Amino acid sequence: MPKRTDLRKILLIGSGPIVIGQGCEFDYSGTQACKALRAEGYEVVLVNSNPATIMTDPATADRTYIEPLTPESLEAILERERPDALLPTLGGQTALNLSMALYRRGSLGRLGVEMIGANAASIDRAEDRQKFKEAMLAIGLDLPRSGTAHTLGEARSVAAAIGSWPLIVRPAFTLGGTGGGIAQGPEDLDRIAQAGLDASPTSEVLIEESLLGWKEFEMEVVCDRKGNAIVVCSIENIDPMGVHTGDSITVAPIQTLSDAEYQAMRDDSFAVMRAIGIATGGANVQWAVDPRTGRRVVIEMNPRVSRSSALASKATGFPIAKVAALLAVGFTLDELRNDVTGTTPASFEPALDYVVVKAPRFAFEKFHGADETLGTQMKSVGEAMAIGATFQEAFQKALRSLEIGRAGFGADGREAARGLPDDALADALAHPTADRVFHLHEALRRGWPFDRLHALTAIDPYFLRQLWELVAFESEIAAHAPGPLPHGLFLQAKRLGFSDRQLATLLGADEASVTAARRAAGLLPGYGLVDTCAGEFAARTPYYYSSYALSPSEPPAHGQRAILIIGGGPNRIGQGIEFDACCCQAAAALHALGCRVVMANANPETVSTDYDTSDALYFEPLTLEDLVNVYERERCVGAIVQFGGQTPLNLAQALKAAGVSILGTDPDDIDLAEDRDRFKRLADDIGILQPPSGIAHTAEDALAIADRLGYPVLVRPSFVLGGRGMVIVRRREDLDALARQAVAIAEGKPILIDRFLENAVELDVDAVCDGQDTVVGAILEHVEPAGVHSGDAACVTPPLSLGEETLERIRAYARAFAQALRVRGLMNLQLAVKGRDVYVIEVNPRASRTVPFVSKAIGVSLAAVAARVMAGQTLAQAGLPAERTPPCHAAKEAVFPFARFPGAEIVLSPEMKSTGEVMGLAPTPGLAYLKSQLAAGARLPLPGPGRPAPTILLSLCDADKPAGVAAAKRLAALGYALCATRGTATALWDAGLRPAACFRLGEGRPDALDLIRAGAVQWVVNTAGPGDDRLGDGLRIRAEALRRALPVTTLIQGFLAAVDGLSEHLSGVALRPLSLQELHAAR
Amino acid sequence: MNVPIECRAKWAAERARDAFLALADGAVFRGVAFGARRDALGEAVFNTGMTGYQEILTDPSYAGQFVVLTTPEVGNYGCNAEDEESRGLFLNGLVVRRVNPPSNFRATEGLEAYLTRHGKPGIYGVDTRALTLHLRDHGTQRAYLHASDEPLAEAEAVARARAWEGLDGQDYAARVSTHEPYAWNDAGRLHVVVYDFGVKRNILRCLAAAGCRVTVVPAKTPAEAALALRPDGVFLSNGPADPNALPYAQETVRALLAARIPLMGICLGHQLLGLACGARCGRLPFGHHGCNHPVKSLVDGAVAVTSQNHNYALSDLPGCLEQTHVNLNDGTCEGVRHRTLPALSVQFHPEAAPGPHEAQALFRPFVALMEATR
Repeated sequence: MPKRTDLRKILLIGSGPIVIGQGCEFDYSGTQACKALRAEGYEVVLVNSNPATIMTDPATADRTYIEPLTPESLEAILERERPDALLPTLGGQTALNLSMALYRRGSLGRLGVEMIGANAASIDRAEDRQKFKEAMLAIGLDLPRSGTAHTLGEARSVAAAIGSWPLIVRPAFTLGGTGGGIAQGPEDLDRIAQAGLDASPTSEVLIEESLLGWKEFEMEVVCDRKGNAIVVCSIENIDPMGVHTGDSITVAPIQTLSDAEYQAMRDDSFAVMRAIGIATGGANVQWAVDPRTGRRVVIEMNPRVSRSSALASKATGFPIAKVAALLAVGFTLDELRNDVTGTTPASFEPALDYVVVKAPRFAFEKFHGADETLGTQMKSVGEAMAIGATFQEAFQKALRSLEIGRAGFGADGREAARGLPDDALADALAHPTADRVFHLHEALRRGWPFDRLHALTAIDPYFLRQLWELVAFESEIAAHAPGPLPHGLFLQAKRLGFSDRQLATLLGADEASVTAARRAAGLLPGYGLVDTCAGEFAARTPYYYSSYALSPSEPPAHGQRAILIIGGGPNRIGQGIEFDACCCQAAAALHALGCRVVMANANPETVSTDYDTSDALYFEPLTLEDLVNVYERERCVGAIVQFGGQTPLNLAQALKAAGVSILGTDPDDIDLAEDRDRFKRLADDIGILQPPSGIAHTAEDALAIADRLGYPVLVRPSFVLGGRGMVIVRRREDLDALARQAVAIAEGKPILIDRFLENAVELDVDAVCDGQDTVVGAILEHVEPAGVHSGDAACVTPPLSLGEETLERIRAYARAFAQALRVRGLMNLQLAVKGRDVYVIEVNPRASRTVPFVSKAIGVSLAAVAARVMAGQTLAQAGLPAERTPPCHAAKEAVFPFARFPGAEIVLSPEMKSTGEVMGLAPTPGLAYLKSQLAAGARLPLPGPGRPAPTILLSLCDADKPAGVAAAKRLAALGYALCATRGTATALWDAGLRPAACFRLGEGRPDALDLIRAGAVQWVVNTAGPGDDRLGDGLRIRAEALRRALPVTTLIQGFLAAVDGLSEHLSGVALRPLSLQELHAAR
Repeated sequence: MNVPIECRAKWAAERARDAFLALADGAVFRGVAFGARRDALGEAVFNTGMTGYQEILTDPSYAGQFVVLTTPEVGNYGCNAEDEESRGLFLNGLVVRRVNPPSNFRATEGLEAYLTRHGKPGIYGVDTRALTLHLRDHGTQRAYLHASDEPLAEAEAVARARAWEGLDGQDYAARVSTHEPYAWNDAGRLHVVVYDFGVKRNILRCLAAAGCRVTVVPAKTPAEAALALRPDGVFLSNGPADPNALPYAQETVRALLAARIPLMGICLGHQLLGLACGARCGRLPFGHHGCNHPVKSLVDGAVAVTSQNHNYALSDLPGCLEQTHVNLNDGTCEGVRHRTLPALSVQFHPEAAPGPHEAQALFRPFVALMEATR
């Protein structure tokens, strides 16, 4: 019996902004689900607050709501849309939690909405630790042994009952597990348990068997309503238990289990799924195995599509999210086709004839002071996946896919661990960090035996041996320095995954000559197909990976113009889903023009790596070598570098030199915009102001320039992403150290010193040019003043504080730059307005982070328009003949990962730190901003009848007091209670308000921290003045507020905008949801 | 760094690629010899399972064949006595992409040593994907594996592959079957006589687990001799090569059917039941060898992911047989039962080893048949 016909309209919830642990994989899963359900004739209503997604493209769903993911907002949408069902399992933990909240509030029952795919009881059973444990014990599965104790005596008897060491001791109800530890023996236990009992407010400790160093596995399971179940993919973690699986290097399929062990784990994974009661869809079950005895315990299960499901889908070609969506509406597995073969059913288990390696990408350099040790809480911000014919090839490809400057597993002249003393190296291996894999390279080079390395890292000897061979083989290559390599050895090195750059390093040659020698020797990779069946059946989806172990085969025949779109690689701060959305929109636009779209990317979380986004998908590292091979194999006529962020742009010149035709703006002109000297002359020619600036190569230069310009100055390295290393320096005595840091980050490229424009309004302008005409997509005004990275700043469009005359000048500048840079495609300008003066800060002839946001605000995909222009159309033909006025106000807010990095500074600066963004759409700017705040998770308190007045803690710098006090007055009138630190309280008293006063830190008690800790405050407004960006008090106050999930506002402009929104809202304007389709329907 | 000499020798061999597999159609796939250094003739088939190389090596159904494993990394978890599916290795050679030393707490021996000890040649470093696609597109092939140190021209190897008689029309069951009857276990509610055409031990374990006392008899045991053991049921095992080449076994099955003794067959046993009842049994283009084939029960609609290993399949079922299972990939017959007699069989391997376990419940209907007719 196929799909349900009693359902007509289905609501799907997205996962909101990108945060650590919840990346763009849920855009991928949600988009797949929307497409699949609509293809079956269902009406799909989608809600997500994140505009930088493909799922929120108006064409993906029937009704698309970019609205805050809060129960209130969802309830309003449910009321409005009255869907028959809610599908909660495709939007990550956010969607699952929100669905449970709606269920618990009774909204689903009241509105007659059925939860499909998973029910509340089973979600609860999977998520609640105790219920999960009971369910597992009931089916006879082993779990980590544990017990709770309230006295030292109880602790000892729990330890005796567990019967093994070490033991993990965790005090109950302490923040961040303070007071816990690992007990190696009875004396340790007494000490740590006592400390834990003392630290716990309930005098309770949890004592658990330690699984540190156990092998860690995951099974991706899918089942249907008839009980048919399959394992789509099995995953083995190279970094064993103790490092979060999101932070581990992982391999698919499982490498070190025999059939007997694997099948037993498979049986038990199904048993877990049935015990939890998953009705249909995907789930993920995690297991730990003691490598000495084979004892296996269940760790957890996710009753939904997860990050691992996205990885599993890309690793196998099996579209888990699509299948899960169809199973939720009643199909069974045997009724669904395997899209890849087109002839066989989906009720099978993919067979892999290749190896997949995933490596995490970290961003610790952004968070000074953060603890970089990897543990059980995920810290990576993105991941790269690589496919190879062998583990070794896939492993080297994965590491060079990370785009961290490494060309593979070492051998690239970047071996920082070379000089490390043995004991420091041993220590680095025992305490995993982002660099552990490279420390391992060094230890292998030193010839440390496997048993020692296994003791230090608990990494399985299987992997250690594989990696050892790679290190050992370096000497085989180096013996032939300076080259050329004999043919057999050359091929062997390529089969081991060595990149041309690594070979060049080992031979002391340059990459270009190694590449030339390789091509002269006829060494080109073969391309394998990800076909779900190890070649047993013919596949029709063109999803490829390169390997030198495969014989080169004839490229697919096609009579079309093939165009290569280079994706963005692994997510990182400053380059993420926004660029993937651009790549996907461009792919669709070019496909519609009849081009063959060839996509190259290495990020498994993305929509761009879905096999039906392009005409040919190459899952490859985004390096010169790998991309040229793809370009030539597909006989492309051009490559597009504008959409994937900095990754393809940085390669543009080299690609062009290698004979690749770059479509759109020429790489020389891209370079002109990046090159400060040339750009400065260009701006002078155009006649636009620039902040006075200079270019320095050393810290001494910087000092001289700053003295000339006057303070404050903005210091930044050139050619970096997301404002890496950018800092505002206000005092001469701080400059030396900060400039040295910038010089180090710039790696030989110059650093730029600009006079910093204090309190200027910063603007982002996105425009498209077809070579003749230039049309502005939108002008965005930052809510924060200049000095906060544009990716971190909240912004609104249309701009609020600029007159028509200024806007007209800005448009003229955009046209002038587009013409001067010969832009064909997208261009982003960053401008600052101070008084009547407009300054240009930078111009980037490429897609910017704000393109998807702007596209949603104006109802036109700028990336699609740009792609059409690059393919030769005019702006008029491409659908954007003139600038469009947005039908309402749009606000963007950034979302930050500070809560993941205790100890790191919480302060916005010119260096970007946000991981994601949300959008608020409303008829007024205040309401749009308020929506964006709610969507970003700031739970701004609302006063209401029968509730105590919410209290706002105000601590304002002197400059902000006049405006802040006026806003506080409005809040007091709306029913808020005020509380303030001394100076601010005085200013409020002077204005006739009567705030409660508290001490500043260190001046007496109760201070601001005491109030926050006591729960007496619901919103913290704490602004810093010029000159004190490292203010210690503010930092501690913000950190405490963050820990308690209180909204914190740090800039007066943000506060004022929020007050505008709140006062409108509280005076009766409801936050009405409005779908994009309705919003843009008028046109 | 210090690289052991044997490691350098291995790399040198991987560059030289002296070994090769030559197919009768002239295609040659080069690689590196491992295991026993000897040449062999055989039929090349590919298996897409991702685990279970030791079960595959010891499955007598592979007698006369070269098994190409599509899974790239092999040997990773070593070999051990528990995972052996028969008393030895009956295949003629193993073809893989990579072979690795073991790392698993159950491993007692590495894969290479295991092959060497059993005198079986192997070849690694082969582009197994290209070879698999070749076999898929051109069908199962006679082949010659050159893994010895004696020099041999590729053309000569191709000629030898062509000259070989192949497996069609060959009785390999008699070669791999036990020579003497033996008792597998000594207790059980029901007594089952198992015809060993190349039986896998896990079938015997599954029967024992289902409460049966199991006696294993040679392939050529006459039906009367088997019935003289007074069994509650007779089981027809899996086995190698061509079921059409076993007229004696078909005769035995007909006699057993006539005796109305409960009968179950797996794989070759299934084909023999079909042939005995008048079905046809022909060759599939490249067979089914793997752990991921979806099989649907036509009785209750349930779909099982199954373990498979066969080159022949039943077709043109006679009226007395009802098809009970279908392969969802290609629609081939995966199971039958007799409409009037207590006999049933499946083409796939419910005993797994290697492969998924969910079909193990299929031993239950056989037990039920025995209990009903007792």
